[in-house]
Amino acid sequence: MNAKESTFSNVPANPAFDEDQELVAPVAFDFGLDRRGFVQLLSAGLLITTSVVPALAQQRAGRGAGRSGAGAGGVAARLQVGKDGIVTVFTGKIEMGQGGRAELTQAAAEELRLPVSQVRLVMGDTRRVPDDGVTAGSRTTPGTVPVVRQAAAAARQILAQIACERWSVEASAVEVGGGRIRHPASNRTLAYGELAQSEDLPKAFARGQAEAALTRPDDWKVLGTSVRRPNYRDLVTGAHQFPSDLRRPGMLHGKILRPPTMGAKLTAIDLEPAKALPDTVVVRDGQFVGVAAPTSAKARAALEALARTAQWEAAPHPSSREVYDYLRQRARGGVPSNPFAQELPGAHRVLRQTYHTPYVQHCPLETRVALAEWQDGQLTVWTCTQNPFGYHGELARAFRLANDQVRVVVPDFGSGFGGKHTGECAVEAARLAQAAGRPVLLKWTREEEFTWAYFRPAAVIDIEASLNAQGQLATWHFININSGGAAVESPYRIPHSRSSFVQSETPLRQGSYRALASVANNFAREAFMDELAAAAGADPLEFRLAHLENPRLRAVLQEAARRFNWGERAARKSAEVGVGLACGTEKGSFVAACVEIAIQRPANRIVVRHVCEVFECGAILNPDNLVSQTQGGIIMALGPALREEMQFAGGKILNPRFAKYLVPRFSDVPVLDLHFLDRKDLSSLGGGETPLIPVAPAIANALHHATGVRVHELPIRLPGPEAGHPGA
Amino acid sequence: MEKTITFTLNGQPKTVTTDPSRPLLEVLREDLEMTGAKYGCGEGRCGACTVLVDGQSTFACITPVGKVGQQTVLTIEGLAPAEGLHPVQTAFLEEGAAQCGYCTPGMILETVSFLKSQAKPTEEQIRSRMEGHLCRCGNYPKIIKAIQRAAGTGQ
Repeated sequence: MNAKESTFSNVPANPAFDEDQELVAPVAFDFGLDRRGFVQLLSAGLLITTSVVPALAQQRAGRGAGRSGAGAGGVAARLQVGKDGIVTVFTGKIEMGQGGRAELTQAAAEELRLPVSQVRLVMGDTRRVPDDGVTAGSRTTPGTVPVVRQAAAAARQILAQIACERWSVEASAVEVGGGRIRHPASNRTLAYGELAQSEDLPKAFARGQAEAALTRPDDWKVLGTSVRRPNYRDLVTGAHQFPSDLRRPGMLHGKILRPPTMGAKLTAIDLEPAKALPDTVVVRDGQFVGVAAPTSAKARAALEALARTAQWEAAPHPSSREVYDYLRQRARGGVPSNPFAQELPGAHRVLRQTYHTPYVQHCPLETRVALAEWQDGQLTVWTCTQNPFGYHGELARAFRLANDQVRVVVPDFGSGFGGKHTGECAVEAARLAQAAGRPVLLKWTREEEFTWAYFRPAAVIDIEASLNAQGQLATWHFININSGGAAVESPYRIPHSRSSFVQSETPLRQGSYRALASVANNFAREAFMDELAAAAGADPLEFRLAHLENPRLRAVLQEAARRFNWGERAARKSAEVGVGLACGTEKGSFVAACVEIAIQRPANRIVVRHVCEVFECGAILNPDNLVSQTQGGIIMALGPALREEMQFAGGKILNPRFAKYLVPRFSDVPVLDLHFLDRKDLSSLGGGETPLIPVAPAIANALHHATGVRVHELPIRLPGPEAGHPGA
Repeated sequence: MEKTITFTLNGQPKTVTTDPSRPLLEVLREDLEMTGAKYGCGEGRCGACTVLVDGQSTFACITPVGKVGQQTVLTIEGLAPAEGLHPVQTAFLEEGAAQCGYCTPGMILETVSFLKSQAKPTEEQIRSRMEGHLCRCGNYPKIIKAIQRAAGTGQ
């Protein structure tokens, strides 16, 4: 019996699962479009309710086009050559600090044999770019980079062909480089910009399909190097305009009336006191109530006037204290029983454990923001989103518009971490702008972001495993309730293994997050592996290696242990200092980390002093950006590992502020010792997520090493109260 | 209850007539179209809104505009000389100290004010001084390096 079983309960067995888990149910807006609104729309000839394409189908179709390279529009849909020789590349991906702009610029520059300064990238403008799907799931690197490279390589081939035809020479007789085609035999050259003067080029691009050979990693000149984001200078001068910085003539500032508690329904409101305020637009459309005014201060005053008259009917809502029971009780189809139960009586040892991880929030530093403008029946929204075409569909649905009446534009924005996939802020801004007849900027406050955005799902994880007399894993049963199936499968060799994800009913709106469920799944698995190692009387490193076959995972684990000097440091015993390790694989890449923590007394605080992480994500595209993503990921992961958790009761978030919800600060930064295994022989994979997953379990294991306390819940705490964090 | 408030913004005299209790950040961004200082939390806990008031780093989101009358206010837009960059901006650029860049103006202005009072800070002093500034991208190590580069204490 060596067959490995693995099932995903309640999850459609199709390859799209990986993508769909990134999507979050959008807020369902049901605008009545009052009579006056209808008349306005009709008179402008806009009401085309029959032509709304279901957004998901639309996304699929669009993504399909993006995937196959240039799609229906040929190479032209992906890039254009200007008469100045500048190549403009179009992508539906966005930039939020993760490095997509640099990476995709490099991808095009590499295949076009151009310096990066000759490439302009247009990102996230649904009027101009192909739909490349959501910027999430580490998919830009394995998905969009190859597509852009294909189109750029095809463009290079077409440019060379046109030059060859003009000179009547064979393709093999010319060289391409530095934005020029050269025929060495006759010493003639043609620049890309010169070729762009004629009509031949756009015609050839429109016909051209992307099938040219890609440059081999050994020959890379631009990919594989540390290219800075092209608009980087604007970030240090303040010249870059984030979505929240945009202004339009006549623009108003919006505010939305929020329920006092989650799930509460508006039963009555008097709009008149707010309407009586000067220059103030007040909108009520069913449960939607909002205002727009020339300044935020005036909008706030109107909102306060509305809040004073609003009456609400509260809905019952569980508290964070009872949330794990709540989720377990509502597991869809019940919690599956161990299919290997008959093996357990004969086992040498059986261990079982339950792990909990709470709801946490992304806290992008730029909160949700949208600037909406209606002009001649066209709706344009400038906003921050990882999902431009998803927003596009949400707007079309909410306002019953045809696809070509909506445009979503996404300037490079202030971080997302999986938290900006749904377009509620854009829809709200558009509804206000529609009522005001003027552009409206709606910027969520931090408290709104903490309450009305969505959260990384809480998890309840049950694991039951058995060891044989030789101290080897014999059976493994792992259930994740509610938080997702990412990295749910064990990477270890176990004769009988089943891992599953069971959906539940979430009391908070939940959705994607950087690395999503792989953090919870890897935390539980890797903390439990240490318990099993102890039960087997084995060193945690040796125990893992004894069950690991994947050479890539073995390589990062062994390298991290070697660099950290694991054997020697694990042998030292101290009540104040502990070391722990963990590894894992997610999104096709491999990671391992060794950490050292110190226990600070009497503050009763865990300080992570040293993290040694080794990461392998295939051929590295941009080393410096990978460092940023990896160290940023580790630091971000310290938050949910040590402190972050949403507290809620009575339908209210109790800690919706940075004063109460403590994210990592300068004082939390450990010594970071990062190493990357650059596998030029393997396909490139995204690096923004996987580096997070060993952090929490390695800390939990280090805490046990120092104190003997086993941790089964995030955030990891020492028994007893912790003294205030310096950042609090 | 509106009041006329005069102050110097990035070297230019400015006069606004407004409610003096409005946050300086909002007046800068909405009335004076100076958007370099960012909103992050509205409670002085993230530092994205940092500006220099008479050279002192100040959280503009919790500073009433009425308090800066007759003072000088510097935002990121006013930091660089006519040509080129301020040395702290150069250091941030060279170290790659921005990821999404939303916290960057606040980080840079805090550093400018910091290095005036403490030209050669230790790493511990840097961490302590910068503790009020959040970078959600977690780019703290490169920000520390940029500050050390600006101070001439980097490796």
